Amino acid sequence: MSWLQKFLPSQIRTEGGTKKTVPEGLWAKCPGCNGVLYRAELERNLDVCPKCSHHMRIGARRRLDAFLDAEPRVEIGANVQPVDALKFRDSKKYKDRLLQAQKSTDETDALVAIMGQVKGVPLVAAAFEFRFMGGSMGSVVGERFVQAANASLEHGIPLVCFSASGGARMQEALFSLMQMAKTSAVLARLRDRGIPFISVMTDPTMGGVSASLAMLGDINVGEPGALIGFAGPRVIEQTVRETLPEGFQRSEFLVDHGAIDMIIDRREMRDRLASVLTILTKQPAPAA
Amino acid sequence: MNLNFLEFEQPIAELEAKIEELRYVGDDAEINISEEIARLQAKSKSLTKSLFSNLNAWQISQLARHPQRPYTQDYIDALFSDFEELHGDRAFADDSAIIGGVARLEGKPVMVIGHQKGRDTKEKVERNFGMPRPEGYRKALRLMQMAERFKLPIMTFIDTPGAYPGVGAEERGQSEAIARNLLEMSKLRTPIICTVIGEGGSGGALAIGVGDRVMMLQYSTYSVISPEGCASILWKSAEKASDAAEALGITSERLKELGLIDHIIPEPLGGAHRDVEAMTSNVKQALLDKLDELSRLDTEQLLAKRYERLMSFGNFEKK
Repeated sequence: MSWLQKFLPSQIRTEGGTKKTVPEGLWAKCPGCNGVLYRAELERNLDVCPKCSHHMRIGARRRLDAFLDAEPRVEIGANVQPVDALKFRDSKKYKDRLLQAQKSTDETDALVAIMGQVKGVPLVAAAFEFRFMGGSMGSVVGERFVQAANASLEHGIPLVCFSASGGARMQEALFSLMQMAKTSAVLARLRDRGIPFISVMTDPTMGGVSASLAMLGDINVGEPGALIGFAGPRVIEQTVRETLPEGFQRSEFLVDHGAIDMIIDRREMRDRLASVLTILTKQPAPAA
Repeated sequence: MNLNFLEFEQPIAELEAKIEELRYVGDDAEINISEEIARLQAKSKSLTKSLFSNLNAWQISQLARHPQRPYTQDYIDALFSDFEELHGDRAFADDSAIIGGVARLEGKPVMVIGHQKGRDTKEKVERNFGMPRPEGYRKALRLMQMAERFKLPIMTFIDTPGAYPGVGAEERGQSEAIARNLLEMSKLRTPIICTVIGEGGSGGALAIGVGDRVMMLQYSTYSVISPEGCASILWKSAEKASDAAEALGITSERLKELGLIDHIIPEPLGGAHRDVEAMTSNVKQALLDKLDELSRLDTEQLLAKRYERLMSFGNFEKK
């Protein structure tokens, strides 16, 4: 306690906690241009910076909500839930990591799938929740993806998947690796049936997810600036012992190298995918 | 330290060294030491037996990477006749980290494909330590699709630390190459038998590992990530590789229990490299058995079962 505090009568001391501050979350900073953004405006803009068009990461449900028509919507595979069959334990138990992720995201695992419509075009849309253990693909993600694809097969409607994932979920060991084979196999069925699959890769789409379902779109789309690749940049740097070129493994790089068809701004995603899907399914163009 | 022996095998190495020493002095010594040698040999054998009856996952992963372990080419030479190696992906290059070609197994025409590691430093570099680039996977796919056209059963040998994490590999679509193989292999209209002979390193292994039967050699490993990689991410220390190996359950025994592989091919005492002849003959028998099983199915049954198998992978509950 300083001499001044001793000197002052206790009644007139200011309490630290009541200091007037700006309510948390009113403003956000753009990691792209460092601009200070009004959060409500940013949200209206689907978390794309209004100043520099930097695409920030957004959650699975918000993404699907922005992408799909308001009605109808039927969630697929929500009853499929994770178990820690291997009793995996690193510095933390997998069971605890799951609980923590479920609490912080309000999701039961890292993939959300919904059957609905985009501008009146019926489809099944799935999205990865990156905040759920890095969007990692374990048994539940694999199974929900397969159920989503099966719904596409059953109803003869296209499948769209928004990936955001660090890759396979290590805590499920080889089971997670096998999800790569499982999800790729169901996509083979869509191909054989002539049902379109559009894969939208958002920031980031890496490892086992990029090396399976994400790269298997009839049309592969990237969001602007998304990191997309097999090995992580740090791993590559350590292997080749050189600094990586500017923009390496970004969407623009992938377009240049022929790995994806196009880059679509999140704000145009609905319009452009609805349009391309009606062409692939030989339907009239969606109403503007 | 004798390079033929791993660290955990040092007690065996010491005994073997003693035996060698005795043999050396044996020529001019008056006493009969052959008895002593026989005693030590018996001791070495029983020591090996007891050490190998209780290996942990980390020790097994060292065996799987043993520098003298037989590689794909060794199995091709020993098991098959009339092997003709086929090269290139017809688009960019020939990746020597994957080899493949047509051959005969007991007279039966087959397509053989496998990762290939190098034996000496020069070959290791040439083979990129068995880490394929996209053109390797694309060559493998080309050969597999050729096998489908000519109705040849496909036999793959898996032995890789993983797909190569390099700049060029990314530029040429490493992810796409692996993904495409997974998709195509799920529906190839010919039997596929996959055998993990050493390291089954993640997506780089799976890219030639989707099949109707998946077998592992007793001391091979198959994992979503290397124990070192897993340790450095989850434990924040590569030193914990041994713990990671255990947690990941990368051994043939564990994966068989979990229903992720179909069959374990037993290895000779001390591992495949100790008796290559016995090893290759076990592999040959297993391949012939599986081929026989699969040849009883018609193509539709074969594909239905393969698909069913793929869809069965996963641990979850339905609430």
